[in-house]
Amino acid sequence: MAEYILELKDIVKRFPGVTALNHVQFQLKKGEIHALMGENGAGKSTFIKIITGVHIPEEGHIFLNGEEVFFSNPLDASAKSIAAIYQHSTAYPHLTVAENIFISHYEKKGMFLNWPAMYEKAEELLRDLGSEIDPREEIGSLTVAEQQVVEIAKAISANAEILIMDEPTAALSERECEQLYRITNQLKEKGTSIIFISHRIEDMYRLASRVTVFRDSRYIATYDVEGLKKDKLISAMVGREIADLYPKREIEQGDVVLKVEGLSRQGVFKDISFEVHQGEVLGFAGLVGAGRTELFESIYGIESFDSGKICLNGREVRFRHPEEAIEAGVGYLPEDRQRHGLVLSWEIFKNVTLSTLGKYTSLKGIDSRKEKEAARKSSEDLSTKIQSVYDTADSLSGGNQQKVVVSKLLDADLKVLILDEPTKGVDVGAKAQIYEIIMDLAEKGYAIVLISSEMPEVVSMSDRIAIMANGRLPKIVDAKSTTQEEILEIALNLNK
Amino acid sequence: MNGKRNLFSRNIREIVLALMIVIIAVAVQFRTGGLFFTGSNIFDLLREASILIMVSMGLMMVILTGNIDLSIGSTMGLCGMLCALTLKNNQDIPLILLFLMAAVIGALCGFLNGFIVARLHVYALIATLATKYIFRGIIYLFSGGAWVAQAEMTPEFISITTTSFLGINSLIWFAIGITGMSFVYLNYTRSGRHLFAVGNSQSAAEVTGIKVRLTQIRSFVICGVIAGLAGLLWVCKYGNAQSESCDGYEISVIASVVAGGCSIAGGEGSVAGVLLGALLMGTLNNILPLIRVSTYWQQAIKGFIILISIVINAYMQKRVKKQELKRREL
Repeated sequence: MAEYILELKDIVKRFPGVTALNHVQFQLKKGEIHALMGENGAGKSTFIKIITGVHIPEEGHIFLNGEEVFFSNPLDASAKSIAAIYQHSTAYPHLTVAENIFISHYEKKGMFLNWPAMYEKAEELLRDLGSEIDPREEIGSLTVAEQQVVEIAKAISANAEILIMDEPTAALSERECEQLYRITNQLKEKGTSIIFISHRIEDMYRLASRVTVFRDSRYIATYDVEGLKKDKLISAMVGREIADLYPKREIEQGDVVLKVEGLSRQGVFKDISFEVHQGEVLGFAGLVGAGRTELFESIYGIESFDSGKICLNGREVRFRHPEEAIEAGVGYLPEDRQRHGLVLSWEIFKNVTLSTLGKYTSLKGIDSRKEKEAARKSSEDLSTKIQSVYDTADSLSGGNQQKVVVSKLLDADLKVLILDEPTKGVDVGAKAQIYEIIMDLAEKGYAIVLISSEMPEVVSMSDRIAIMANGRLPKIVDAKSTTQEEILEIALNLNK
Repeated sequence: MNGKRNLFSRNIREIVLALMIVIIAVAVQFRTGGLFFTGSNIFDLLREASILIMVSMGLMMVILTGNIDLSIGSTMGLCGMLCALTLKNNQDIPLILLFLMAAVIGALCGFLNGFIVARLHVYALIATLATKYIFRGIIYLFSGGAWVAQAEMTPEFISITTTSFLGINSLIWFAIGITGMSFVYLNYTRSGRHLFAVGNSQSAAEVTGIKVRLTQIRSFVICGVIAGLAGLLWVCKYGNAQSESCDGYEISVIASVVAGGCSIAGGEGSVAGVLLGALLMGTLNNILPLIRVSTYWQQAIKGFIILISIVINAYMQKRVKKQELKRREL
């Protein structure tokens, strides 16, 4: 009998331009609940995808009960009794609960599907889990918590021996969390081995017997939960050599450029107030889902807001469309640059001028030469690695693509720059360059909002840091007098 | 050196299409002992393809934004019929007014399509499927099912499509004009660029400050105007306005646009490509009778050639992408 039901050794996973997993290891004992923790981008999701067969590692070995296995697709993994439940429901919304549960392993009666048996079994499973969900209900009409229970029922009915839960408590209320804890423990009693990923340290203390920490695509350590001090855990998740990675400069700040008071949008964020000065970098920290992107989408005009006030240079404004925002001098670097920032099939010069075509248009039409000139100059200024301005955006690496989006932003006459995860998916070298660019911009007098889920980045590059949690902005701290641990605690909502 | 490679790989679509046309032309030339490359045949081909070229340019605008217009045929028929009826009852109406009328009615049809798609958020496929029947229905309402025959139109009007200017038939000039304007619009104007941006990613366009809904409506209106003018020219060319005129024509137009390299998902396409796509269709229409292929086979062959051009196009794009990825900084 192998010591571990699941063991991964020396796993390496690479994507173009970035190493997502760097020789990580993991051991899961039979019948244990093992927590996997780490910041955003630490590699947890990628790791899970390796276990469930979605990704194939470049290097490394996977052992199930002591025997080496290879998964070339998710079906291989599920055939070995590995199931996963994700934060975002993967259920088919218009099918019933029972249909979802049995979607990959129908009960048959001869050559026909045996629905009565399936409905009966579904009922049994759900009652066992203490739930009152009707298996004939359309799953789309259930709450997130209920859908999750169904997913667990599905995993049980598929006889999963290893169950992976990815952020199961992210969207649950207190009471629903209790129910989830009960069900998870129930599964453990039955002998299921569980790996769960969560940002909530509370989850870990309530459920897990051991916890593994990943940081920066590497395996850091595995601890026994009993007796583990919270500080030690957070240090492991967050600690790193900051040193010269972050070229922060002391920049003189000017007047308030953007002031937001009591901004609210029903169900998304509530009572947000902050101000940004000229030359300042205001960091926005928080976990994914805290509402930062949504907040700025409302400020920038992509979405609306329900109440509150926005003032730009003292004048109250309300942007009904991004066009108005850009006109007034507010620019936005979107989080998902590939979907929202660039036209991937277009040449660089066309991308750079997309917001500001007015500058290049006259009665004779668009002056392509002027465009290319502007793109060329901007690429030089930002050290964008391109062969020519004719290169298409999709031929560039992540870091250079980001620089093109920045070029586009800077082509307009702006006062405020909202940068949403500007270094996401960017390699270390380009990251440093982007930080230098941000500093240059602050020196030039731009007011900069830096939204980032990367703790070291937001602590090192900001002057002040606004921390959002669950749609609210509980605190704005001075970057110099705070610690990553403090920010994480507030973001995790532990300091009420 | 890299600039040169870029030029080739960026225009691979058009090059493949042009080659296909040339190959077919040369093959037919040999097969028929020289019937293809005669002055009269080439001009015939161009004249016959002119309307298709024009309407394809219009549809391209819509397809670039990621939508589609199934109602083109009905719009053409509607404008043609209404103008013909007007002409029948007002024999001395200045012709320029007829063209204006066709353009305006086309614009209205386009605007309705654009409104339903952009404001009411109905998928273009469904919306224009509905308007296809609505517009066709309106034709019958006005015509009562009857035709407007040549005798009921003025000789002045009929002569529009038989006159030549500088030795080239007026229809061909119309096609050249529309093609030229489309080229300028797409490459040299802001709103032209916006079509590509919206087709590529509505959300990216929105974030960049582009008014997505307006862009979509604009594309439908342009398509409608061109369809209207084409419908009028159709009546002129065939000498009558039938209630079923141009019914189903949109299929040929879609074929031209897609064979010409426009992505049906939007965001990709070129005037040269669509022109060549329409010319390919025009060439097929021309040669199949020339080499005495039975009409039963003609449909199938056309479909087959379109499929081949799309497949080759997709394959070549993949090859080019792969090469570009190899060059990429990693």
